[in-house]
Amino acid sequence: MVAVRLWGSLAELADGQQTVEIKAANLRQLLDGLARDYPALKPQLERGVSVSIDGKIYNDTWATPIEEDSEVVLLNRLVGG
Amino acid sequence: MPKDEYTSRDFKVVGTRPIRPDGIEKVTGKARYGADISAPGMLWGAILRSPHAHARIKGIDTSKARAMKGVKAVITRADFTHQPEDSGMADILDNCMAGDKARYDGHAVAAVAATSKSIARAALAAIEVDYEVLPHVTDVDEAMKTGAPVVEPGRQQESVPEGYCENVTGRSQYGHGDPESGFEQADLIVERSFKTAATHQGYIEPHACLATLDSDGQGDLWVCTQGHYMVRNVCAGVLGLDAGQLRVTASEIGGGFGGKTHVWMEPTALMLARKSGKPVKLVLSRDEVFRATGPTASSSVDVKIGMTSEGKITGATATYRLQAGAYPGGIAFLSAMCGFAPYDLENVRTEGFEVMTNRPKAAAYRAPGAPMGAYPVESVIDELCQKLDLDPLETRLKNAAREGTRSSYGPTYPAIGLEATLEAAKSHPHWSAPLGENQGRGVACGFWFNFGGDTCVSLMVNPDGTVSLSEGNPDIGGSRASMTMMAAEELGVPLDQVRTIIADTASLGQNEVTDGSRVTFAVGLATIKAARHAIEIMKERAAMTWGIDPEAVDWRDGAAHPAGPNAGKFPPMTIKEIAAIASNTGGPIAGHHEVNAEGAGVSFATHMVDTEVDPETGAVKVLRYTVFQDAGKAVHPDYVEGQFQGGAAQGIGWAINEEYIYGDDGRLQNAGFLDYRIPVASDLPMIEPVILEIPNPGHPYGVRGVGETSIVPPLAAIANSVSRAAGVRLTSLPMSPPRVLAALKAQ
Repeated sequence: MVAVRLWGSLAELADGQQTVEIKAANLRQLLDGLARDYPALKPQLERGVSVSIDGKIYNDTWATPIEEDSEVVLLNRLVGG
Repeated sequence: MPKDEYTSRDFKVVGTRPIRPDGIEKVTGKARYGADISAPGMLWGAILRSPHAHARIKGIDTSKARAMKGVKAVITRADFTHQPEDSGMADILDNCMAGDKARYDGHAVAAVAATSKSIARAALAAIEVDYEVLPHVTDVDEAMKTGAPVVEPGRQQESVPEGYCENVTGRSQYGHGDPESGFEQADLIVERSFKTAATHQGYIEPHACLATLDSDGQGDLWVCTQGHYMVRNVCAGVLGLDAGQLRVTASEIGGGFGGKTHVWMEPTALMLARKSGKPVKLVLSRDEVFRATGPTASSSVDVKIGMTSEGKITGATATYRLQAGAYPGGIAFLSAMCGFAPYDLENVRTEGFEVMTNRPKAAAYRAPGAPMGAYPVESVIDELCQKLDLDPLETRLKNAAREGTRSSYGPTYPAIGLEATLEAAKSHPHWSAPLGENQGRGVACGFWFNFGGDTCVSLMVNPDGTVSLSEGNPDIGGSRASMTMMAAEELGVPLDQVRTIIADTASLGQNEVTDGSRVTFAVGLATIKAARHAIEIMKERAAMTWGIDPEAVDWRDGAAHPAGPNAGKFPPMTIKEIAAIASNTGGPIAGHHEVNAEGAGVSFATHMVDTEVDPETGAVKVLRYTVFQDAGKAVHPDYVEGQFQGGAAQGIGWAINEEYIYGDDGRLQNAGFLDYRIPVASDLPMIEPVILEIPNPGHPYGVRGVGETSIVPPLAAIANSVSRAAGVRLTSLPMSPPRVLAALKAQ
């Protein structure tokens, strides 16, 4: 299981949990697991999120591996100028 | 986890300052910008825009315009028969051409294509639009109030709690710990509210394009943009075209700064071309650029910070309200993520609200949201330092984020360079230089994420051994130079043997927009790997020639060498020699790399500025400015310094003069450079750039993006400087003479 930290307003949609546990070995499994276990998060997941894994930020690469002890933080999808 | 890409090495080309490859064409006027392309039989496009901030469109009569000699096409929203399913795409269509209502002053309502500009303008005047004027709202705080005119109902996200006005479409919250308990530990708490005005990116070149679109859906678009692949995808989505049938070529670009990461009028040009059957050129006027292409958001912010008498921050909160313009979206979440990001805080909470208003859709502007995030935070830290008699650099060092810090937006930082910028600032002569009467010195820190994204690069070894490199990102900040340098470095060839071009959308795979300070990082990474791919092929060709295994061949100094004595005694084969026999050894030689580049390194900066305030007029003069920023590895230091200076210069404009001014009627009052004052050379001192190089582990050469962080600290650094010079805390931008004078008189 991977511990995933949610940002505040997202946590409100996950029964108030700041951190949720998801069975995942890569980014795709993580996103699928979040949508499956916490359906209220789906609208935001569909709009897009960025994911910080051990301090590096990832957007789309499904195969990005995640270790059980990885620090995983969900972030609003980043945009730039 | 993916292994780090970075390995330390001695560079031969990277880090030098060669003459920029695009310089001569630009200074001699030969470079071709968006409006510089014409076609046989070309028509001129023009757009009719709403004079109302908010109005229902009851009807549009185009009959008189259509009957005019020389008018070849007139379009309204009714001509856009494809309705995108995706709400974001539908919003872009509505922004390009209004549907049932005009949402802001300048919103497009009709367009024409004619044989001359003057006929096109006359045709616009002949179009009759029946408007029902609606109540409007242009101020972000007013738009949040219950009972405010609603720009569009039904667009609120699930993140917005019940009870908020429907103009509030999004909310995000970041932080950790318990700020309230943190405030109890503080010796002093400062709580203030701040405002920043909407500012335009101020690029010199207005938006321009030339479009053709046949009835079979095949088209070409020449356009000034930061992302021609994005333009292709959006235009195809809006018009219901196959993306593969629309080829988009990016022109040279005269500035973008985020404002050209969007589509504002290209579908209109394509629709005019389709309806007229002719090529159509569309060039926006400066008035149109101001009224109808997005500035950045205005903001309204509340900040509260508690600090001990020794300078340790014990608790911090901030609430950001940013106007998104006439469509949902917005960047308040980025303000909420970036505001406290430079600091190591136990108790921090931020909240961001995205708010619709009757203004043009807010657009990205260099580190979107981060300057508004940093300005209030850094201002309050400065005020705490003043009241507690603390050194502002030492106080920031005491609270600085470093490797292992849990950031205010969640992740734990790897190796970062904030402390290095603060230490460099502390030891710089600027910090100890004397100040005169009515002068003040301000400092501030800033943070930006940087990112990577989809990237394709092709590197061709030509028959004579020279190298052609194709990238898919418009060169907005020197990417042709830096890609040429990285390719030459990796291949071990002279710089003048490599030429880099920006390929059109039919020539390379998908490339993300030139934004997020991504290009030197991501395209650079792809360039290095494309070069390594070509090197592997060339090693195989040399091995074939020598009759040895490819593994027994090394590549160095632009040539293949036997790897050691056991590989055999062969003289090196240069890239020219290998290229000359390519037809005999397997055919043309090319390397390529396609990647979604992830793992860009975050970036920090510290800015220091001296200003002088005229107590009689309130005018602010910037006397001295120094930028300290981590660049990872500066590939071409001239360009890096230019990015530092450019960000600071734009920040000076944002802090002191620039603002969108709306009348009570909701119309923009200053849509031109005479009334919207960006800094000119005489307003600026020489901005001194200090490059720090803390390698990014996610890039082979350690490169970080540098294009955006430099605009994050200036608002606060200048506000802190002016506040110290004036003896009164300034809390609203811009700090224009009337505003400064009023603050002085109110003391």
